Amino acid sequence: MITTSINLFILIPLVGYLISLLLPKRNENALSITAFAICGLHLIFSIVFLIVWLVSGHSTLNVFDWIIFKTNDYEFFIDFCYDKVSAVYGLTGSALVFLVIWYSRYYMHREGGYKRFFNTVLFFFLGYNVTVYSGNFETLFIGWEILGISSFLLIAFYRDRFLPVKNAVKVFSIYRLGDVGLLLAMWMSHHLWHQNITFLQLSNKELVHAHLLEHSMIGVAIAVMILITAAAKSAQLPFTSWLPRAMEGPTPSSAIFYGSLSVHLGAFLLLRTFPFWQEQTSVRVLIVLLGLFTSIIATGIARVQSSIKSQIAYASAAQIGIIFIEIALGLEYLALFHFASNAFLRTYQLLVSPSVVSYLIKDQFYNFTPNTSKLYTFIPERWRITFYLLCMKEWHLGDFIRSIYWHPIKYVGRYLHFLTLRTILLFFAPIFAIGVVCKYDNYYLPSSIHSVLPLLFALFGLMMILRSFTERRNPYLSFILVALNHFWIALAISFNESFSSTETVLYLGGVSVSAVVGLLALKRLQECEGQISLSRFNGHVFEHPKIAFLFLLACLGMAGFPITSAFIGEDLIFSHIHEHQLGLAFLVSLSFVIDGLALIRLYARLFMGVHIKTYHENPFRSS
Amino acid sequence: METTVLKYSTTQTFNVVHVLNELHHYLPAQAPLKDFIHHNTLHAFQHYPFFEGIKRASRIFGYQVTLPLSEYRNLYTQGRINTHVLERCIQLEGERDVEKWKKKLCNTSYDTSVQARVGQLRANWKTQYQLDMDALTHPLLFRTLCSYLDQGIAIWPFPRLQEGFLASLKALEKQAYTSFFKSKQARELLLSDDLSIPYLLNLLVGEEALFETYLFDQQFSHQGWSGMVCSVETQPQTLLDTRKISLYDVILFELLLEIDALSTKRKHWIPLGQTLANKTSSFFSEVETTELDKVIRIWQKAFEWSYYDQVLAGIRLGTSTKKSIEQKSFQALLCIDDRECSFRRYLETIDSNCETFGTPGFFAVEFYFQPEGGKFLTKLCPAPVTPKYLIKETAATSKQKKDIHFSRQSNALVRGALMTNVLGFWSGLKLATSVFRPTSGATDASSFKHMVAHSELSIENKDLTHREHDLQIGFTIEEMANRTETLLKSIGLVSHFAPLVYIIGHGSSSVNNPHYSAYDCGACSGRAGSVNARVMAFMLNHPSVRAILEIRGIKIPANTQFMGALHDTTRDEMAFYDLDSLTSVNGESHITHRRVFDKALDKNAKERSRRLVSINTALNAETIHEKIRRRSVSLFEPRPELNHATNALCIVGRRELTKHLFLDRRSFMNSFDYKVDPEGKYLLSILNAAAPVCGGINLEYYFSRVDNQKLGAGTKLPHNVMGLFAVANGIDGDLRPGLPSQMIEVHDPVRLLIIVEHFKEVVLKTIQTNPATYEWFKNEWVNLVSVDPETKALYVFEKEEFVPYLPLTKNLQTLSDLDALLATHENNLPVYLLKK
Repeated sequence: MITTSINLFILIPLVGYLISLLLPKRNENALSITAFAICGLHLIFSIVFLIVWLVSGHSTLNVFDWIIFKTNDYEFFIDFCYDKVSAVYGLTGSALVFLVIWYSRYYMHREGGYKRFFNTVLFFFLGYNVTVYSGNFETLFIGWEILGISSFLLIAFYRDRFLPVKNAVKVFSIYRLGDVGLLLAMWMSHHLWHQNITFLQLSNKELVHAHLLEHSMIGVAIAVMILITAAAKSAQLPFTSWLPRAMEGPTPSSAIFYGSLSVHLGAFLLLRTFPFWQEQTSVRVLIVLLGLFTSIIATGIARVQSSIKSQIAYASAAQIGIIFIEIALGLEYLALFHFASNAFLRTYQLLVSPSVVSYLIKDQFYNFTPNTSKLYTFIPERWRITFYLLCMKEWHLGDFIRSIYWHPIKYVGRYLHFLTLRTILLFFAPIFAIGVVCKYDNYYLPSSIHSVLPLLFALFGLMMILRSFTERRNPYLSFILVALNHFWIALAISFNESFSSTETVLYLGGVSVSAVVGLLALKRLQECEGQISLSRFNGHVFEHPKIAFLFLLACLGMAGFPITSAFIGEDLIFSHIHEHQLGLAFLVSLSFVIDGLALIRLYARLFMGVHIKTYHENPFRSS
Repeated sequence: METTVLKYSTTQTFNVVHVLNELHHYLPAQAPLKDFIHHNTLHAFQHYPFFEGIKRASRIFGYQVTLPLSEYRNLYTQGRINTHVLERCIQLEGERDVEKWKKKLCNTSYDTSVQARVGQLRANWKTQYQLDMDALTHPLLFRTLCSYLDQGIAIWPFPRLQEGFLASLKALEKQAYTSFFKSKQARELLLSDDLSIPYLLNLLVGEEALFETYLFDQQFSHQGWSGMVCSVETQPQTLLDTRKISLYDVILFELLLEIDALSTKRKHWIPLGQTLANKTSSFFSEVETTELDKVIRIWQKAFEWSYYDQVLAGIRLGTSTKKSIEQKSFQALLCIDDRECSFRRYLETIDSNCETFGTPGFFAVEFYFQPEGGKFLTKLCPAPVTPKYLIKETAATSKQKKDIHFSRQSNALVRGALMTNVLGFWSGLKLATSVFRPTSGATDASSFKHMVAHSELSIENKDLTHREHDLQIGFTIEEMANRTETLLKSIGLVSHFAPLVYIIGHGSSSVNNPHYSAYDCGACSGRAGSVNARVMAFMLNHPSVRAILEIRGIKIPANTQFMGALHDTTRDEMAFYDLDSLTSVNGESHITHRRVFDKALDKNAKERSRRLVSINTALNAETIHEKIRRRSVSLFEPRPELNHATNALCIVGRRELTKHLFLDRRSFMNSFDYKVDPEGKYLLSILNAAAPVCGGINLEYYFSRVDNQKLGAGTKLPHNVMGLFAVANGIDGDLRPGLPSQMIEVHDPVRLLIIVEHFKEVVLKTIQTNPATYEWFKNEWVNLVSVDPETKALYVFEKEEFVPYLPLTKNLQTLSDLDALLATHENNLPVYLLKK
């Protein structure tokens, strides 16, 4: 009984979110009261559940919900669990969201997008709960995806301005990198366990130990993938610089999500998977080092920040670095305590951050002593100045990410400009057709070629998506190329092993539906606006919010978001990549990363940013 | 700097000094947050007639300068723009075919998009070089500027190795093992001796004819930062921790960053100008007038006069005889501020034997104030005035409360970890209490904290050598007498003194509000007026001062006492000062008056609440007042009060002129009696202050309302405090001067109408005395009407002369039940006659 009621942790916010979608835009009261009631209910339930659980022996609970998809060797099922980690994360999240919702009820009054704000916050809350109560990687991944997209929407809440949109895309791209780390970890662990493992099983020491003995390299690889994902989400090195840039939304949303909840989920992932890597000393050392470097570097950067929110952001990242160390040292309770206190502290600090002007000016008025920094005086001055400059320039972290992540993609994409709808029709369509024929009629293909084909087709897919990402003008081309990417990948995998027709339908069906919806939305937009170009941000959401919403749904569907069957499809794809096919796994996962980026960029460029029409108030580009 | 500037400016057509002056002139002129003072946002265009000026601003800089056409049309269908007024406005434009123009106004569709000249030249980086120059240079530029100017957010301050921004950068660049730049070229240029703006522009732009335009494009791509640099450059004392910086330095650095970006991104590049076909610039050339301009002008005037007309009609509907009060209970001098408009009305209705006056809230005493323990001086008078006096506070005993959440320790590493763990749950509790039970704390800015109530002030100077900071401490008797005389004569209070005269300054309280200083008294440079009130009361109570006043024709009865007080306009609370100096008779009557004040404050809170959706105005006044007080300490309340929103009028005349009218808190009110000042001597000083101060407030609200994105600060909800001197969106954004949307959303963008009760000849002569003041009227940035004090004939000032005006409104409704009206209406109300 108590075990199945874990589902309520998810159901309450889900119901709340759905109700909030149906409420009228103008009715601020109904929106905020609903959100408040839902979160209040959730909080009370969390407390009651916690007490009952503590009294009844606080053993880890697991609830196996339902199987979404099943093949001979693959099972996709939803599973939730409850233990001390989810208890602390769940309760802290619930309490903070509850408080901030009430805060925002007044704070957001009369703001355009009041409803959008509460919708997105509840959506985020749903994703958060799915994540922290998840019982296996697949369920966690669903929550993770919801968090990613709701973060994007919250950062770009002021979608008519350039910087929030730009930063939202930037943060989303880092999150996307983390998502793929998770996908790869799932892929590898699938091969490690030969089943879809739950976190409960993971805490079985003997079982883990036995498996890792055989495959120690895979073990390390999985752990590293998890670490990359955790580092991306928790703003550890080298990703740290996204965190202050996420502070573009209304202050309460920045406070709760980037000050506290969202940013601690990387630590959550480590806590969750701790039983898996606790025996791997090399991984633990790596985590300690990462945490240590992050906390030192981020502290330095925090100290030179002259804007209040970025200072809090970096200080928070530094504390999370310490939390990483605590986790790696096995100090689980300390880490949990540290998480909760850091979350509360940063939320409050951000919420009162506007007060800093009157408070510190007054303090300065009475207690001013000019420029008497005694920091780091033990370091020679030249080095001190050097460190100052490096900290002010955030140790070039932004540039670093750009040079290893964005620039290569753009660089390669630029060489693919020969790919147009014409060349695709003339050249790639026939190849695709030949590929399909070969697949069904493949007995005369030499096996050496046969083994290369998946790679080749996946490479074509990657080319499509790279081209899509770098298209500067034509939104149709960009959008169609994303869809084609999925088809190439499906073809590639189908060469790999038997890929049943249901699976094809699941995967490509989801993609096709999204593609059709997206193309219709684009067509409608073009009918209204004439020529539409990707050369700049267009901001069409100002006049066409409905088309924008439809197109967003299409993009999400296409990106494998859990609203169409393509989501399961993507998961399936990975289950069909063999253990030794690292190259293929790499190509496919890279495709999925860029796929998300291309779509979100497309959506942002068409519908967000400064509106292209100037008959109404438009913000400056620099604001 | 001087030498390099001269070297280039003498020989070539591009003149750096000139362009820098121009930039200073056009950039936003907002001082740091703590000195927020309202001013005309488009002051740079004030030498043009209003409509011509805003048209130029719009075409050159791309601002929206009026409401959108569709909104005027809506106002017309709602009946808020009066048909008759509209028709008259069409006729005044010289159009005979009124029907034809009405059709144009209401139905013709126009292309209302705004094309700006600014930014077009620099847009070529994108088209010619595929470079997003702003994205490449702005983040580092902003961060460097913010770090340099920072007033105390950073724990590790900017290493200012040399005096001045550029000199510091050079020293840093020389000493550090790393660089500001990525390319060698930019680094070498910074360290070279012949670094100058024309030299760099020559490298970057090449065509001299384009230099000026390029700099305008560049600086207006981040007008918030550039404007702040200009403010700090011209008045360094506006930052407590002073910084030497100049726009010249900043432009040099920015040009270097641009060269750096180019050399990093492109191996070979030629100056931008050489890639262009059109190498001439027409940045400031004439702008053409379209039919749409005329349409908008008619609409705007019709919108304004639809309101003015009611007010003017109302003035004529008043009884001309003054109801004399036999036994005056008390008199109160309050600030001219529009927020005191309704408070005065309530005082007068609750106690019909009292009398109220309005005057700028510094009460004619100008000085610097140094609170006990304060390391700096605070100016307490209108911004343009530079006082020669210092008033010091002593015997104050309260200390600033501390809030540990602002402690820098929590942002350190190891100590931070300890503090985080200890503080964390305490923060959770504080958050919960501040969400559900907001109370006052260390973080709020409260007007009552401006001065300690029982402290002593050094008001009287007995020894001229008594000086500090090159200022005289206190005023001599003669100086006091002059100021008291000015005050009393300017408001026409020269006889019939009540036994108790309150001098009431005002201030505000708010929390979590970086714009707190915009809510305080503008006449006290954005501070509370409590010290000024106390100082003036002291002077008027001084026997030697009274003796001189008597010689000058003002006899103050011996039993009359003056008393300083403070009205907090956010909380609707008052503090009274120096109570123990009252005689026992006055002390007793003060207790009675105190009840009148309290009741008026409750009622005033109730009237204010009609605009605040979260408070039910139908509740009783005391309950509402409690809710209003709670608002002022609520972290989550972005609108502690609505400040000057909806202001539209400034009435300079006797109280009888408008006492019978319900003006809905929309009017500044300066008391003035033409009989006391037949020649307009005091009127001149009133108008010298009223035009720029009230006009400045009005126009700042106007422009922040019509283009909140470009001329206002946008919504305050995502604001991030930069260096304690400004706000920006996010961390990489430009500074946002102007007013946030929460302050202006209920404001109707109409220009101020100043109504002066005096003979038109005197008014005309008076306004022409001071050219700076006259510009406001001549170019119609404020409207002016003179009311003949004897006949009540109205004259409107148009094209530099007074022409007779007959209101189209014939009758106004009489307001029988104000409370019922307040409870049901949230928006602007028409003018009503008050029931006698």
